[in-house]
Parts: sequence; structure tokens; C-alpha cells
Amino acid sequence: MALTMYRISAWLKSPNPYLMLIGFALILSFWYFSVEVWKLPRFQDMPSLTEVFSEWFSQDPYYGLSIYTPEYYKHIGISLRRIAFAFFLATALGVPLGLCLGWSKTLREFIFPLFEVFRPIPVLAWVPLAIIIFSGSETPVIFLTFMASFFATTLNAMLGVESIDPSYSRAAYCLGASRWQTFRHVVIPGAMPFIFTGLQISIGVAWFSLVAGEMVSGQYGLGYLINTSYMMIEYPKIIIGMITLGVIGYSTSALVRLAGDYMMQWRVRELALGES
Amino acid sequence: MQQNNSTRSPATIPKTSGGQRQKLTRGAIRIEEVVKIYDPDGAAVMAVDHCSIDIPAGEICMIVGPSGCGKTTLLNAIAGFHDITSGQIYLDDELLCGAEKPQAEPGSDRIVVFQNGALFPWKTNLENIAFGPMMEKKLSKQAIYDKARSMMADAGLSGTEDSYPGEVSSGLRRRVEIVRALMNDPKVLLFDEPYRALDSLTKSVMHEALLEIYYKNKVTIFFITHDLEEAIFLGHRLIIMSSRPCKPKKIVDVDIPHPRDYNVLTSPRFREIMNEAKGVVNAEAKKAFEAGEKEG
Repeated sequence: MALTMYRISAWLKSPNPYLMLIGFALILSFWYFSVEVWKLPRFQDMPSLTEVFSEWFSQDPYYGLSIYTPEYYKHIGISLRRIAFAFFLATALGVPLGLCLGWSKTLREFIFPLFEVFRPIPVLAWVPLAIIIFSGSETPVIFLTFMASFFATTLNAMLGVESIDPSYSRAAYCLGASRWQTFRHVVIPGAMPFIFTGLQISIGVAWFSLVAGEMVSGQYGLGYLINTSYMMIEYPKIIIGMITLGVIGYSTSALVRLAGDYMMQWRVRELALGES
Repeated sequence: MQQNNSTRSPATIPKTSGGQRQKLTRGAIRIEEVVKIYDPDGAAVMAVDHCSIDIPAGEICMIVGPSGCGKTTLLNAIAGFHDITSGQIYLDDELLCGAEKPQAEPGSDRIVVFQNGALFPWKTNLENIAFGPMMEKKLSKQAIYDKARSMMADAGLSGTEDSYPGEVSSGLRRRVEIVRALMNDPKVLLFDEPYRALDSLTKSVMHEALLEIYYKNKVTIFFITHDLEEAIFLGHRLIIMSSRPCKPKKIVDVDIPHPRDYNVLTSPRFREIMNEAKGVVNAEAKKAFEAGEKEG
């Protein structure tokens, strides 16, 4: 925790936060000028910066969606719940499976080719099957989100095991560890850095496939919000939905990173030492 | 048990009296006629050829040879990481590996100190040192940690208990690794060029520290190196290996009395032994170089 605080204060002292602000200012002013000042030809139907932000922060929004309406939070809440469900399921199944694939050669020969055939199939291609197989509107969306996360998590956990220096397992055997103890004390912690890289990717693709899923099936959720706003020609709501996705997506991935730092103190300290 | 293997006289090494090795009742290694053939893609490569070495309990036995001559293959066979093609290896007259059992079972009576170090980076130094006994679960956690702390204090490692290996110097890491091995009260320590990556100043500190540890603990040391100075400084005996296939070529007794310190390096006897060994080592190194063997 102290380390996180230290990092934040170091970050504030560096030029990085100001560069970041400049970056945001640039993109926002481009949006403002292209729509409201220059009125570029293809931008005429594009909602303007002022319109979006006044809607977003309005107590009495014209299109019925702002930070003061419960509906906004319902969309966010439902998307988050689906993500949480799919992400935890993918982690709970993907990490152990990946570890076992990396650890047991036989199991890998058996499962990995299958895995490699399924992995390149884009999530969108699963949409029809998901709707046919799963009833209701909720499970197909969760299934699609889960699929994308699951492959990223499993693959990285497997690579994590393969990345471990064989000396570590040998040392463990030398010191009298059984096969299971070696798995528990060497393989799992040794694969941890890769596992968390995998989880970072996993949470990213989870949002990607969630929105895709919500656009075709399901009720509520940010993807659904964006899609219906398009149908109803309520364009500012599209942008509100997009920015919200960006902010929440970033926060969830920051949470995953924090969890990783918390579980890998040894690595955080090593890296901190390397920087100084 | 047969003491001599009369069929291959140059490969059989008689026990010698040189160098005040500790009088121990356990930790004798007998390597008999060991052959290891690697056969990765049909082209059989002989790494070790009818190699016999007899190491009495309590000796510091230095295995000297050029990089890639097959020394590590021998170490891996003793440790139980690899099988052997033929021959036998005994530890205190107990068969480790042989005809019926080509690969030894790795165990805490023979602990390897690895070339690049193998402390677990995700465990603190103290947890690393406590690892062996924690796995065997013969003592309570409290007793194990108490013992680990006191061994760390003895080795001058106090104050680094809660650091991770990545946070301390490489010399210190090596010391932690040796203490971790000693926690299991092994009969034999197997060193696989552990100081290869260290600078020469750190190396000399490590050598003295290792001897100090040896004097305090009852162990046999099987030490692989290609550094002749290191070999003579530490060892009771040097076994100079021929390049692939690996087999003993010359044995040099180091009759400099223990305990030794760094003044030994400038003594005339040290130079004499150095000269005696150097010719043989250089010839082998040249052979290996010309054969273009891969390092490792």
C-alpha cells in the first residue's frame, strides 16, 4: 500500500501527468472544433462536445440519461455484473487449466490442439450458437464474454508455467519437495507474472465481447445503450455510453493490476529496485 | 564392495590422504564406469565415457574441465535430474542409480547449488532457507524458522531475512542458497559452477565463506568448475576431466593444509600445483575449443 502511494507521488512529480492532460485536451478540442466551429462535412450529425457534456451532467436530461438518472447506473451495473461473472468464471477455470496444461505434457498433447483450433474463432462467430444453446437474454451474453477471457487466461497461464527456469523445480525436488508441493510452491508462484498479464488481456477482451454480445442480445448494459441510442437517433447517448465504457474499462484493468501487485510483492520490490 | 576397478586403471582413482579432509562416516560417493550417451536425433553423442571417481566422505572434490565437457552431466546423474546409460553411482554404498534404476531419485541428502542460482524469487530469504524442512514437515513451523534464523545469523546473513532474493547482492544470494542447502543436513553438496557469474573480488570472498561453512558443517563437496585457481584454493583434490567424452584425465592432490585463507594463493606450493595442473587443463580446453563444442 505504501508502495502504491509512493508510486502515485512519484508520478505526480514527473512530467507524465501533464503530458496526459495535454493528450486529453488535444482530442477533446479536435472534437469541439471539427463539429462546432469548422462544421466539417461528415460531422454534421455527430453530437457536439457541449451537447454531450451538458446532457451527461444535466439534472433534467433531454434524452433521459445523465449521471442523475438511475437508468444510467442500471446500465453500468448490469454490464459490470456480467463482466464480473464472466471474468471470475474464466479465471477460475482458465488459470487451473492453463497451469495443468503447462505442467503435464500428456494433458497438453490431449487438449492443446483442440484449444488452438477454438482460439482463433472470433467471439462474434459464437453469437448464433450462443443464442441457440442458451436460453434467455442473460446467459448468451455472459457466455460470449467468458469465451474471450477464458482463452486469454488459459494460454497465458500455460506460457507462465513454461517460462519457469527448470532449476527452480529441480531445486525444490532436491530440497525434498513432492511433486504436488513443487506445483504448489514453484509452479503457481512462478507462473504468477504471466497469469496476471493474461488477466489484463482477459479483462480487456471481456469488455470487447461484452459490448458485442449486448448489441445483439440482452437488455440493459452499456452495449445495449449504445445500440438502442443509435436506433432511436439519440446520438449524445452513444458518446456517453462510449466514454463510460472507456472509464470503467480502464478502472477494471487498473484493479486487476493492483491485485497483481498485491499478490506479487516480490516482483514489485524487484522492479522498484531496478528502476532506481 | 569392490574398492578398485582394475579393468580401467587410469579411470579409477585411489583414495588419498592429502589435505586434511574431515573424517566423516557419511557422504562418500562412488562413481563406477558411468556412461552417458545423449541421443537427441539419432546421432548418439557420448557425453561421459566409462568414468569412475571415488570420493571419500568429507572431501572437497573439485571437478575441473573446460566448459561443455560433460561435467554437469555427471552432477545431474548424482542429483537425479538425468538418467545414465550404464554404470553405477553409490552414495555410502547405497545404490543411487545403476542398471535397474537408470535415474536416481532426487533427495535432500544431495543438494545442488545451481550455476545461476535457484533461490525462489517469490519467497523471502528466510522462507527460502526454511523451504526444505517445511516440505518434509518433521518439525513445527516455529522450530524450523528458529533454526533458519540462527543459521542465517551464523552465516552473517542477519538483517536480510525478510528481503526477497532479488533485493540483495548476488554474492549474498549464493550464501543464502548454501545455507538453504545446509538446512536439510545433506550428506553431499553438489556445486555446479556457482561462482561463474561473479566478479573476482566477490568470488574470493565467497571462497573463504564457503570454506568457513565447510569447516563448520559435516559435508562432502562435489564442486564443478573451470577456474583452476578456484579449484586449487578450495579443493583437497582436483579431478581434471578430458573433454567430450568426459572422463578423468589427471588427478592432482592439493596438499596445502586446511584451514586455508587467501595467503595460500601466493604460496610457492600453490604455484607448483598450478603449473602441474595447467598444462593438462589447457590441452583439454584447446581440444574442446577446436571441436567447437557448445558451452553449457
